[in-house]
Amino acid sequence: MILSADQSAFRLWCKPMAIASTSASTSANQISTDDLMIVNAARVLGTLAAAGNAACFVGIGLPSTAANLARHLYSPEPVLIYESGCIGSKPTRLPLSIGDGELADTSDSVVSVPEIFSYWLQAGRIDVGFLGGAQLDKFGNINSTVIGSYEKPKTRLPGAGGAPEIAATAGQVIVIMRQTKRAFVDRCDFRTSFGFGDGPGHRERLGLRGGGPKIVITDLGVLEPDPQTCELVQTQMHLGVTAEQCVENTGWKLRIAENVITTEAVTDREVNALRELQSAT
Amino acid sequence: MAEILSLKEAIARFVKDGSTIAMEGFTHLIPHAAGHEIIRQSRRNLHAIRMTPDMVYDQLIGAGCVSKLTFSWGGNPGVGSLHRFRDAVENNWPHQIEIEEHSHAGMAARYVAGASGLPFGVLRGYVGTDLVDQTSSIKTISCPFTNEELTAVPAINPDVSIIHAQRADREGNVQIWGLLGVQRESVLAAKASIVTVEEIVDKLTPVSGGVVIPSWVVSAVCLVSNGAHPSYASGYSERDNSFYKSWDDIAKDRESFVEWVKNHILGTTDFDSFSRSVGISALV
Repeated sequence: MILSADQSAFRLWCKPMAIASTSASTSANQISTDDLMIVNAARVLGTLAAAGNAACFVGIGLPSTAANLARHLYSPEPVLIYESGCIGSKPTRLPLSIGDGELADTSDSVVSVPEIFSYWLQAGRIDVGFLGGAQLDKFGNINSTVIGSYEKPKTRLPGAGGAPEIAATAGQVIVIMRQTKRAFVDRCDFRTSFGFGDGPGHRERLGLRGGGPKIVITDLGVLEPDPQTCELVQTQMHLGVTAEQCVENTGWKLRIAENVITTEAVTDREVNALRELQSAT
Repeated sequence: MAEILSLKEAIARFVKDGSTIAMEGFTHLIPHAAGHEIIRQSRRNLHAIRMTPDMVYDQLIGAGCVSKLTFSWGGNPGVGSLHRFRDAVENNWPHQIEIEEHSHAGMAARYVAGASGLPFGVLRGYVGTDLVDQTSSIKTISCPFTNEELTAVPAINPDVSIIHAQRADREGNVQIWGLLGVQRESVLAAKASIVTVEEIVDKLTPVSGGVVIPSWVVSAVCLVSNGAHPSYASGYSERDNSFYKSWDDIAKDRESFVEWVKNHILGTTDFDSFSRSVGISALV
């Protein structure tokens, strides 16, 4: 289970916050920060699918919602792969767990758990992995194991699930997390999933085959790794978000890209498709 | 040949104090009824193995049955924390438990090795993670053909593996379909195995995507209709998501958990009486 890429277990950790609608949408729907993250992640998936990188390893929570939204909005659709063994799932409602019957019933193929991890993930058939966690550091490493020390944890988190091998092997990794000082840290208390490790060249030295984290989507905007230093830099901000806000909510000395841009406002089409998906659940 | 036994008898015969047990079911086909029976029979010092020690192991851990847990993801899927697991690891309640922590890919490789009669499984995994420093059962090995450095993890060979499945015939051949998880691997890796089923039929008819585990590799088959609840058996029931959500409140504090176990598990005789006690219907 994802986390594997499972965001949901961290809900206790991350205070939900609704921001005033900053969307150009004329819909009566209030756009929450979750919606902003989901829509922006769906856009990334849509773009990747259009470029032929469609096989997406999905976890429950925001990643699953975003991946399903992308399936409704874009053609070609991303191929949704769940670690429970579902390949090419087309659920009509959003699953609560990665093992909901709906996922298996709507899949092109259902395989065993050893198969999904060996024939599909390890063999390099996954283009995109979606991850979240309790902590993310400036080099895109993720902690979903413990806060505090391993021997005497302050908070025991669910653990690795499928995440370490997704982070190592997927063609690229998309991270979805709320941007807070507590979660975006200089160094993770525990390295559950490897991003760029200690910096440039570290993935290569370890022989990791996947591309690592390429984009981090947050409630404030988007971070991307600097190609030279591998350090995550704020490259996009949602409408109404300031650079100061981003810096304040990041535990390392965050750099704002010189050419930082504003993410496109959520469109009616996007929000309507999202609401339709949510109401079917 | 598998014997058709009552669940009570199967647990009494195959699960002993100090046993290494694996209870599997990847969201689907989780043997909850068997977990309850282990609590009813007050088994202690179990080494409990499971990829996703969700509600079923939260109950065993909180009830004091487990001294060691081997796992790869310990949460309540889609809901949040596993409170009894956390309380054991963070506060040693009801007592200290040892943990052996892996990733899903590693656990899957361990079961495959166990089922294959090999001493270890091999994978590209764990590289660069802090798990390598915490878990002694993760080692590196170099490929004798390419010299590539790979990860080795030891086989899992439980004393007994317990799974739920859809149905069996009267000879004890077991049929499973839908999400297969590591059901087959965990049974084939174990020295003994118990399979609870929804139904026992005269003849198994083929089902698309289904597998049959032959009777002669299974120790006991037990008829427990809806015995995976709140997990499910594809074709028989649906996942009871609201029960998973309500578990969060029950397990959150020690008193409400102890009370729940006392009333609904220790205070009931079998899964049917448990179901009546918590107010779930037998079949969806």
